[in-house]
Amino acid sequence: MKTFKLGGVHPPENKISKQAAIQELPVPETVSIPISQHLGVPANPVVKKGDTVKTGQLIAKGEAFISANIHASVSGTVQKVDNVPDTSGYRRKAIIIKTEGDQWEEGIDQSKDLIKECGLSAEEIVKKINEKGIVGMGGATFPSHVKLMVPQGGKAEYLIINGVECEPYLTSDHRLMLEKAEEILTGIRIQMKALHVEKAIIGIENNKPDAIAHIRKLLPDYPGVSVQPLEVKYPQGAEKQLIKALINREVPSGKLPIEVGCVVHNVGTAYAVYEAVQKNKPLIERVVTITGKSLKQPSNFLTRIGTPVSTLIEAAGGMPEDTGKVVNGGPMMGKALSNLESPVTKGTSGVLLFSKQESHRKVVHNCIRCSRCTGICPMGLEPYLLALLADHHRYEDCEDNHIMDCMECGSCLYICPSGRPLLDHIRNGKAETGKMIRSRSQ
Amino acid sequence: MNEITLISVISLGSLGAIAAVVLYMVAQKFKVIEDPRIDVVSDLLPGANCGGCGYAGCRALAEEIVKKESMDGMNCPPGGNEAMKEIASALGLETTEQDPTIAVVRCSGSKEHAPPKVQYEGAMTCAFSHSLFAGEGGCPHGCLGCGDCVESCDFDAIYMDETTGLPIVKDNCVSCGACVTACPRNIIEIRKRGKKDRRIFVSCINQEKGGIARKNCKVACIGCGKCVKECKFDAIVFENNLAYIDYNKCTLCRKCPPVCPTNAIHELNFPPKKNRPAAKTETTNA
Repeated sequence: MKTFKLGGVHPPENKISKQAAIQELPVPETVSIPISQHLGVPANPVVKKGDTVKTGQLIAKGEAFISANIHASVSGTVQKVDNVPDTSGYRRKAIIIKTEGDQWEEGIDQSKDLIKECGLSAEEIVKKINEKGIVGMGGATFPSHVKLMVPQGGKAEYLIINGVECEPYLTSDHRLMLEKAEEILTGIRIQMKALHVEKAIIGIENNKPDAIAHIRKLLPDYPGVSVQPLEVKYPQGAEKQLIKALINREVPSGKLPIEVGCVVHNVGTAYAVYEAVQKNKPLIERVVTITGKSLKQPSNFLTRIGTPVSTLIEAAGGMPEDTGKVVNGGPMMGKALSNLESPVTKGTSGVLLFSKQESHRKVVHNCIRCSRCTGICPMGLEPYLLALLADHHRYEDCEDNHIMDCMECGSCLYICPSGRPLLDHIRNGKAETGKMIRSRSQ
Repeated sequence: MNEITLISVISLGSLGAIAAVVLYMVAQKFKVIEDPRIDVVSDLLPGANCGGCGYAGCRALAEEIVKKESMDGMNCPPGGNEAMKEIASALGLETTEQDPTIAVVRCSGSKEHAPPKVQYEGAMTCAFSHSLFAGEGGCPHGCLGCGDCVESCDFDAIYMDETTGLPIVKDNCVSCGACVTACPRNIIEIRKRGKKDRRIFVSCINQEKGGIARKNCKVACIGCGKCVKECKFDAIVFENNLAYIDYNKCTLCRKCPPVCPTNAIHELNFPPKKNRPAAKTETTNA
């Protein structure tokens, strides 16, 4: 069984919601759609207060190269375009729409029929993906059309599809692979056409045997696509680790996967690409896992972008009394919410409820130099050292020790027997070191 | 025996002599001629190396003063006017007297006034928690209370108050500005100390609209502009829903603190007012 060699941890999987089929969540009464849901430059709103919008209508345009369009996820009236508190509590610009009915923009195919044939050329596909605001659905939300445009001098050999879902608890990709496998495979074929590649590999961890078997059964219809089961190990879903596990190539430090002839997309992105290209449907909804040990009905919901997290919790049986923390994302890389009204965005793969008992961090003790963090770091870094250097504001030394290669997977924080906030210091150090490097090039 | 002693004395002695000559010549060749006045100035500076003057340390300031042969715009916050005067008289230069300054914390969002809505358990550095979220109280401009300013202080002049969770500047502050740089939210400002250490300032930097600011914190500046109308000296500037008192124009007349509906204007080291006892502030704070 394949996997990446360096480091990695095995947190308890806790995939409680894996049996729950994807349910469509009713359209919420109001949605708050942030204009920055992707990596890169925020989109520019093109609607104003009082405008009537239809579901799927463009409401904010991504004008920069690395940016993405944003569409209305409901039909109704724009209540305001204003700064509202986001997940962190800071006020950021969002478009708030009051729902009236559910009237879709013309030209969007709402039927569930599978359309396999795609007559568009590579350029037209990329243009369509750009238009429909598709971003990486794994959580990093990098605009997909940018990834599908191979830079000059580069050549893509493989399209790698990430069906790993290595984060504990989350099951949205798993359910999608079981229920929308043909759509995903069509999406993969479309992406292969856009990239002019012949080979696509879907990497799936072997804790999802049903998904592996299901997709394998369908493969004969999709030439060039193959499935590779992988050993369960966190963080296998990280781009560089996945490439290493599947085709044993190493992406050099500070470089992109295209350097080794790969383009990596998530299964969720493949599904979104299918919907955008074949059904003309912009990215206005996504599958969100809502889970937690004391939650009544851990579920997977097809949720409109902009739905408040509180609505999801209500739909899953209400907030359990002993809830101590609500996390946006998985337990390893997710971020605790400071405000339950914060909306589901394009990058929200799950909402996780921790009980009071589970929600606290370990008591911090001194570093005992056990070097476990160094042993498990999948990037081969020395987390204890980076954390120390960052804490002492020695950012030049941080740079020398490759702090910028850290992908913030949280394995060091998970393994540390002293409960030290290693990742916190490293994140801070990364931000400061990044600032230093940028100021140097100016 | 005697012969051996003699030979060793002569050989080692001559070796030493040759080395001495070489060393002397090398020392002459690579001699660094340094202005002796730099040492003089350096000795007169406090030697705290705090960087408050804007140079890398006391020696760097001394070199700059001697090189420029003027003391325009140069100031040593820990040494104060006395040190600068001594340097000026030693070098025969002129220095302008600077008003003594002190660091001022412009936030009163204590746990009582801005009750925590969430709990933060991550690394106790303001820089990180600032990048993460708005703060336990919910104010995106307020003090995070992790104590980066306390850590940055070389003079032990600032400490965290346990009950309020806010930093307090002690009188021995030399206004070197280390805490100003350390604070990720620019809450700390260097202000004029004022006569008899008396100061009046707006203890808030929240630029949100009044309603929003007030929702998170009871003592936030809500941008009502009452203080601006009250001030007869045009000392209060009003911008982005926030009042700011210009310490160069303020005459410390004490007219503005009573009109502030949220008690966001603080007065320090004043004697209690005779006609209006301090009861007013107590009742509104509670």
